[in-house]
Amino acid sequence: MSDPILELSGVHTDIAQYHILQGVDLVVPRGGVTMLLGRNGVGKTTTLRTIIGHWQAKSGSLRFNGTHITAMPTPARARLGIGFVPEDMGIFSDLTVEENMVLAAASGPLEQARLEWIFSAFPPLRTFWKSEAGNLSGGQKQMLSIARVMAEERQLYLIDEPTKGLAPAIVSTMAGALRDLKTRGASILLVEQNFAVAKALGDTAAVMDDGRIVWAGTMAELAGDAALQERLMGLSMEAH
Amino acid sequence: MTAAPGHAPKISALSMTQSIGKMMPLLLVPILVVLGFLSIGSTSSWLTLTVSGLAMGMMIFIMASGLTLVFGLMDVINFGHGAFISVGAYVGISALLALEGWTGAPSLVLNVAAVLAAVVAAMCVTGLLGWGFERVIVRPVYGAHLKQILVTVGGLIVIEQLIQVVWGPDEIFLTRPEMLKGAVTFAGAAIEKYRLLAVVFGLALFVAMRLVLKRTKIGLIVRAGVQNGEMVEALGYRLKLVFIGVFVAGSALAGLGGVMWGLYQEVITAGMGEEMMILVFIVVIIGGLGSVEGAFIGALLVGLLQNYVAFLEPKLALISNIALMTAILMWRPQGMMPVVKAK
Repeated sequence: MSDPILELSGVHTDIAQYHILQGVDLVVPRGGVTMLLGRNGVGKTTTLRTIIGHWQAKSGSLRFNGTHITAMPTPARARLGIGFVPEDMGIFSDLTVEENMVLAAASGPLEQARLEWIFSAFPPLRTFWKSEAGNLSGGQKQMLSIARVMAEERQLYLIDEPTKGLAPAIVSTMAGALRDLKTRGASILLVEQNFAVAKALGDTAAVMDDGRIVWAGTMAELAGDAALQERLMGLSMEAH
Repeated sequence: MTAAPGHAPKISALSMTQSIGKMMPLLLVPILVVLGFLSIGSTSSWLTLTVSGLAMGMMIFIMASGLTLVFGLMDVINFGHGAFISVGAYVGISALLALEGWTGAPSLVLNVAAVLAAVVAAMCVTGLLGWGFERVIVRPVYGAHLKQILVTVGGLIVIEQLIQVVWGPDEIFLTRPEMLKGAVTFAGAAIEKYRLLAVVFGLALFVAMRLVLKRTKIGLIVRAGVQNGEMVEALGYRLKLVFIGVFVAGSALAGLGGVMWGLYQEVITAGMGEEMMILVFIVVIIGGLGSVEGAFIGALLVGLLQNYVAFLEPKLALISNIALMTAILMWRPQGMMPVVKAK
């Protein structure tokens, strides 16, 4: 694979006494969507949090665009162009939708054209622009969390389970927004439990188990091999 | 791009009950003022006590505003805050004594300029002291509340002793600048000029803080950081720098409060900040951690209630604020307007 945007080599991460990541080797290609898959509790969220710097890797190395970021603090990683949508959405509930978006555009004022693009993806955000984010519904909060990472151009988007617990109509909105982001040339590392979404969006995939990457390849390859899915994740995509 | 099909959210106005519930903390101050009027009976006494209570409340707010932000944003319980109040008072009063020509002149402009100079000197010194305090004493104990209490109390004691080394162990009595002495008469009530100045100072500070917090990006970062610091960092903001800035600003505000309180009491002691911390903590707690608006309302309630009760039933004055805190926490266990409820 040529010129990956992100490379993790032998990354180990501990949370208190727990040894969560046990030597993660992961390559995220430039452009397209890389799905990070696996059962619950295998280290997918910890991998994303280690990449953004919320957890520091105990050993191993992380390279972003060829730059070593292993020891870099979180804000410096974000300023290099890494955007992050956490599993809990990380909404500032006492701030308005507008204030959440203004804050997300860290490098300057929000561009109107970009905002219109975001509104076209998530119309409720225009409706609730002046409302406190804490008063939004679960689906609207998730829209805001994705919209926030879209507020300015990033080089890599780390998105953790954006469709978790959402109604099918909202899931389709989310998938549409991510597809649009992808067609604009974005590089996305996406943790997703919804296999229909993973199959529709993913270009490449990496499967984790016990804190390691146990398989990596194309999404099409994984989607087309029921036995492989059964072996890696204990399920078949035919069921989805 | 796919939009949510048939997703047409509606916004409806809050019901009367919801609106009143939301506004209730804001209504407490006027309700207390009206209750005070009904209980006291005499308009002139009520007016004097109300202005006195508002002035006291404003000064407590000045001292508490920085602490509530430090509490909310940094999750730090800083008992050392009282030391900044004392140091501010000593530095400010020293500056006023050095500007005797200005304070003794029968000119309102020169008198106010002297007070402003004292305030600037106090804020600079306590801001700098706060910066050192954060680096040396607070930084090693982030996230450890018990250790924070122990080391900041230790820091408070050390600074109080240092004040006694520099300025001596005795209290210092002072007189207010010439034109701020005495009172003006309004509607038959004698209102001390200095109390009016304190009300103006406190209001100006509250408006300025609100503008900074609501209308500027740095204010937005602080408000967001109080709720979810990790996410603010993930957006690319160096929250540690904001932490330091808020700590320095909070310390400087404590210094400002110290000068104002010293002039109000006309005597300063090394332990004055420590004594004020009880009221300051009450205000921060009943206001809701991290909330400047809550601290403002809480401070006015404390100031007004203490003055009214001291007039009506002097023996109850000492417990009035504890009773107020108990009542508010029974009504809203996280304070009137908590910002850090999600933590």
